[in-house]
Amino acid sequence: MSETKISIRNLYKIFGRNPASMVDRVRGGLSKPDLLDQHNHVLGLEDINLDIPASGVQVIMGLSGSGKSTLIRHINRLIEPTAGEIFIDGENVLAMKPEKLRDFRRFKASMVFQKFALLPHRTVIQNVLYGVQIQGVDEKQALDRAQRWLERVGLKGFELHYPAQLSGGMQQRVGLARALATDAEILLMDEAFSALDPLIRTDMQDVLLDLQDELHKTIVFITHDLDEALRIGENIAILRDGRMIQSGSGQDIILKPADAYVTDFIQDINRARVLQVGSVMDKDPSSATGPEIESTTAMEEALQVLAKSKAQSAIVVRRGKQVGSISLDQMIAAIARPKQGAAPEQRYR
Amino acid sequence: MIDWTKLTWTQPPVMARDDLRDLKKLIDGSFRDFSREYGEALENFFYPLLKFLAGLQQLLLATPWPLMLVLLGLFAWIGSRSWKMVAGTVACFLVIGWLDMWEDTMATLAIVSVATFLCIAIGIPVGIWMARSNRVQAAILPILDIMQTIPSFVYLIPVVMLLGIGKVPGLIAVMIYAIPPIVRLTNLGIRLVDEEVLEAADAFGASRRERLWGVQIPLALPNIFAGVNQTIMMSLSMVVVASMIGVPGLGVPVLRAVTNQYLALGLMNGLAIVAIAIIFDRVSQSFGKRLQKHREGGHGV
Ligand SMILES: Nc1ncnc2c1ncn2[C@@H]1O[C@H](COP(=O)(O)OP(=O)(O)O)[C@@H](O)[C@H]1O
Ligand SMILES: [Mg+2]
Repeated sequence: MSETKISIRNLYKIFGRNPASMVDRVRGGLSKPDLLDQHNHVLGLEDINLDIPASGVQVIMGLSGSGKSTLIRHINRLIEPTAGEIFIDGENVLAMKPEKLRDFRRFKASMVFQKFALLPHRTVIQNVLYGVQIQGVDEKQALDRAQRWLERVGLKGFELHYPAQLSGGMQQRVGLARALATDAEILLMDEAFSALDPLIRTDMQDVLLDLQDELHKTIVFITHDLDEALRIGENIAILRDGRMIQSGSGQDIILKPADAYVTDFIQDINRARVLQVGSVMDKDPSSATGPEIESTTAMEEALQVLAKSKAQSAIVVRRGKQVGSISLDQMIAAIARPKQGAAPEQRYR
Repeated sequence: MIDWTKLTWTQPPVMARDDLRDLKKLIDGSFRDFSREYGEALENFFYPLLKFLAGLQQLLLATPWPLMLVLLGLFAWIGSRSWKMVAGTVACFLVIGWLDMWEDTMATLAIVSVATFLCIAIGIPVGIWMARSNRVQAAILPILDIMQTIPSFVYLIPVVMLLGIGKVPGLIAVMIYAIPPIVRLTNLGIRLVDEEVLEAADAFGASRRERLWGVQIPLALPNIFAGVNQTIMMSLSMVVVASMIGVPGLGVPVLRAVTNQYLALGLMNGLAIVAIAIIFDRVSQSFGKRLQKHREGGHGV
């Protein structure tokens, strides 16, 4: 495991007139609805602990209002926490003086927004230039950099257009180029692709994954779409009502949903396409028979392999070594849709 | 304090006559003392302004009329980029000259330009200040309301008591009337700037100055410009009132026409004011529209 880049410790955020006085009540178990009813304060985040590894993609997921935007805005301190700590490369973000914080935002973390948040009075190239100019890079060099990133996201030729003249997908490419042009190590993406049409969204996911292969940034990616989360993220954290109820790999979350809320989330995904053989297998290859299948193979492909060779089971291999076995029954059980965990009135929408 | 003998169902409680007279005397007296004390200092303070205003007026009058027409045409072109507008402007001023109103028109242009310039120079910073703090906004809005609703004759009285009759008090009277829209619209324009764009500026580490000059003001510019336009219109509409306290220009003959029932004189000078107003309005509006060009979509993909 690589080193930790962002570390969030016991983070609380409460909105209202006197949030500090409410922290102990929340620690004592007061729920979000009760806090609102009895004290007229909104619980934004409750006791969040999360370590995000360098060069990794951390997805944060949850329904609307679950606190995703609030959480990501704590990382670059656009929102001040009510209690808790945030460390980046071991440095306490909350202890930064205004000057220091500004430099942190200029050089270390950049952001992509759900509604793009481009500067409407600036042309595309000037938008990409924005962060670089604020860094104080000299004009010529800044322009080179902006031009390079604009081309990298596929917008060569649109330099002198205004944002209003571009489609949503293209606008978000500008947003992405603007964030990348600062060369920050951390990329914060708040539902960056949620406003886009499905096809364009897939396009943008490809663009991001390509870039990440090359750049190895630390990315915090927010989405409310599990398919997107599984595609983009190595680690997924799930928020509900400001609380982090599960955190782990995509496979973990599908196979061992922590509660009814998570079960609801994974209801509609295509399990056969997402689940990998390696996460379902028996870890004992000794008695295995049948064809060999790579452990990262998706269930739907593995099933085809079995069907073709008319086998009842398969041997799972990882980098040429046999690491486990899997039977047809196990595979079918894994891709069957799980029972809904909760009674209807307890389900979350 | 109350004269109870007068109280009836149709007469609410009223102050005793003597008390009321004393109150008015007190206010008049203390203001007169104030103006005796500080009137001269104020006049000295405003002296450079007077020099500037008189100088500008002389400059406009000394400028050969063909050059003046070229300059006015250029102004129309820069604002509107339309040849029709340029031709209309030049024709208008030719007619004004032909009807022997050139001198008064130049005087009016001088005072309107200076008033507008000062309104911008004072009004935009005040508007920015208001936009940054709700407390400041709450303090200034009622002042603007008063400035816009109080009959101009009422504030002419103290201004004249302090500074006498002349160009500077006239200028101040014009400004009191014309400055509120630019202040209001600057404040409004900045407050209406998209929260998310501001958040983006913060996220990229913009300082307060960079945020103001790089995002808030450029995005508020169309509104600020609408304020400038209204300020120009309102200072033109004050020209007649200002002429009552000695401001030269097209208002003077209008005033003379009113008192002597000269229909033609009043009509001509009045229409000259209207013509200038229309020119300024059209030119500055099309300039304002061009500031917003980036908002238009068009050849989107
Ligand atoms: N400035 C604020 N004042 C009061 N409540 C807020 C504020 N910002 C967010 N909230 C509340 O905090 C919760 C989390 O909001 P948010 O982080 O925007 O959720 P998400 O991004 O997951 O949709 C919501 O209940 C929202 O109403
Ligand atoms: Mg959100």
